[in-house]
Amino acid sequence: MWNLDLQQVRRCLADRQSVSKSTLTRPNSVTGDSPYVSLDHLDTLWFQVTGTICNLRCTHCFISCSPDNHAFDFLPLIEVEAWLEKSSSWGVKEYYFTGGEPFMHVDLPRMLEMTLKLGPASVLTNGTLLPNRMLDPISDTAHASPYSLEIRVSIDGPSPETNDPIRGEGTFNRAMEGIRKLLDRGFLPIVTATQVWAPEKDEEVRQAFVSRLQGLGYQNPRLKILPSLRIGREVLRERGYTTSERVNSEMMEGYESNQLICASSRVVTSRGVYVCPILIDDPDARLGSTLEEATTPFQLDKPACYTCWLHGAICSNYGGIGQDVS
Amino acid sequence: MSADSHRIAVFGGVYSNHLALAAAIEDAQTRGVRDLYCLGDFGAFGPNPDKVFPLLVDANVQAIRGNYDDSIARGLDDCQCGYTDPRDNHFARLSYQYTYQNTSERWRRWMETLPESLRLEVGGVRVLLCHGSPRRMNEFLWESTTSTQFLAHLADAYEADVILGTHTGIHWKRRLPNGRLFANVGVLGRPANDGRPEVWYAVVDVLPSSDPMNRPLTSVEFVPVAYDHERLVDEMRDECLPDEFIETIRSGWWTTCLEVLPSKERARGRF
Repeated sequence: MWNLDLQQVRRCLADRQSVSKSTLTRPNSVTGDSPYVSLDHLDTLWFQVTGTICNLRCTHCFISCSPDNHAFDFLPLIEVEAWLEKSSSWGVKEYYFTGGEPFMHVDLPRMLEMTLKLGPASVLTNGTLLPNRMLDPISDTAHASPYSLEIRVSIDGPSPETNDPIRGEGTFNRAMEGIRKLLDRGFLPIVTATQVWAPEKDEEVRQAFVSRLQGLGYQNPRLKILPSLRIGREVLRERGYTTSERVNSEMMEGYESNQLICASSRVVTSRGVYVCPILIDDPDARLGSTLEEATTPFQLDKPACYTCWLHGAICSNYGGIGQDVS
Repeated sequence: MSADSHRIAVFGGVYSNHLALAAAIEDAQTRGVRDLYCLGDFGAFGPNPDKVFPLLVDANVQAIRGNYDDSIARGLDDCQCGYTDPRDNHFARLSYQYTYQNTSERWRRWMETLPESLRLEVGGVRVLLCHGSPRRMNEFLWESTTSTQFLAHLADAYEADVILGTHTGIHWKRRLPNGRLFANVGVLGRPANDGRPEVWYAVVDVLPSSDPMNRPLTSVEFVPVAYDHERLVDEMRDECLPDEFIETIRSGWWTTCLEVLPSKERARGRF
């Protein structure tokens, strides 16, 4: 079981200064068992608030969300309220709301109102459904709270030509309109793009995003580029993981496991508590019905764990491509 | 200040701003503080990093190690701030390489000897000094993204009545249940993204309660420090440090390393 403290990791890193990043990120062979990661502390509680139900059917969606995917259902307000209440004694630092599309849940404004009394919140949205009747109360709540409410808007290309083949016809313009509405209300949305282009085009795409967003009046846009997760619908769009793309114990030597969200997060769904929002389609990722049960260490034997290992806490607001996790 | 009170001064990141450090030490000494502390990040951003250390030593400032010091002392590749934005990474790299090249071996070894945290008892109150958080040197504890329940958890887990940190660059404080307290003491290295050139440090007071059955009373006051920032600008120019850093020193607005700012803190800035 992997539960290194910082001192151990530092000593280990110091001993391994000669090991290059390329050695760490491109293992030649898979050896040994998959390591386990313990929950250090429940820093972040996620709510899969609309389950796998989404108004869009993105071709890269790693949990295959769609208007008719009811594998995971909406979380009722009363349940979210109960989880929030329980979470307080765990010392949760922040809360995230995802789906599906969270703005399909009519009670989202009320949920955020409850949440922002306890701590900061983030909402992951596709930005195409931001009705004023929801945005206005959410905006009032956010401005009155001492805590930040981050709205993350997913767009996968800086133009309709690049985004719409992935997210659906007309979604680029609708998401841009959503961003404009957020800016009008004083939000500084984090635009999140999955890297559906060749990595060498990162800078070009980033620049194109910045110009497009500046055109909306967003002078210093917040932009986060995420790696694609090769599970769910992404397997058909691009490819799945190869057999060598796995995390093994050797790869965890000198690696600070607190960079992985499974070391600090759990996600509440309509079917129980899961280890992370990425793996909910995998029955092994369901850790229990309660937070207590869900403290179980998690084995990084799922192919998608490889992507988190490479890029760190990609689901959090501050991780993503460009971060040195070695 | 009453005769029974205990007062300490706590400085955050110095970022090579030796002029602000000298001014803060002088200011603190006029306020009747018993002891001076510094929570690390001696280098970065500013000019001539070696000028900071003699000031700390001569004034008997007790220091702990920040992530920058940890990286410089151990010769790591970067400052461990974890930026992903290419522009932030560019400036972080410039700053780190300059600081690394201009920090002498003697002071690197000195930084290596510093602890990661320090526990004090001040007037019967357990004070824990750390850089980022008690559990992680490079953890950002911003006012708008750190819940009170989380801070209470840290105070329980680390058995502290008062926790003092720095690392983010913006000072703030929060009262916790049971009279406990968390404060980010701010930094001396650059202004607090508030449009004024002063930098900040914290004075912590512990007063005995009038009821002996009660805990002592703790308070934190943030002190703005005016210093000769134009002289610092001249030194930065002499060292060919980026105009973007100089602009921050003069205007009080952050121009770089903005990625890690949460929305509330970012909305208060200009960029």
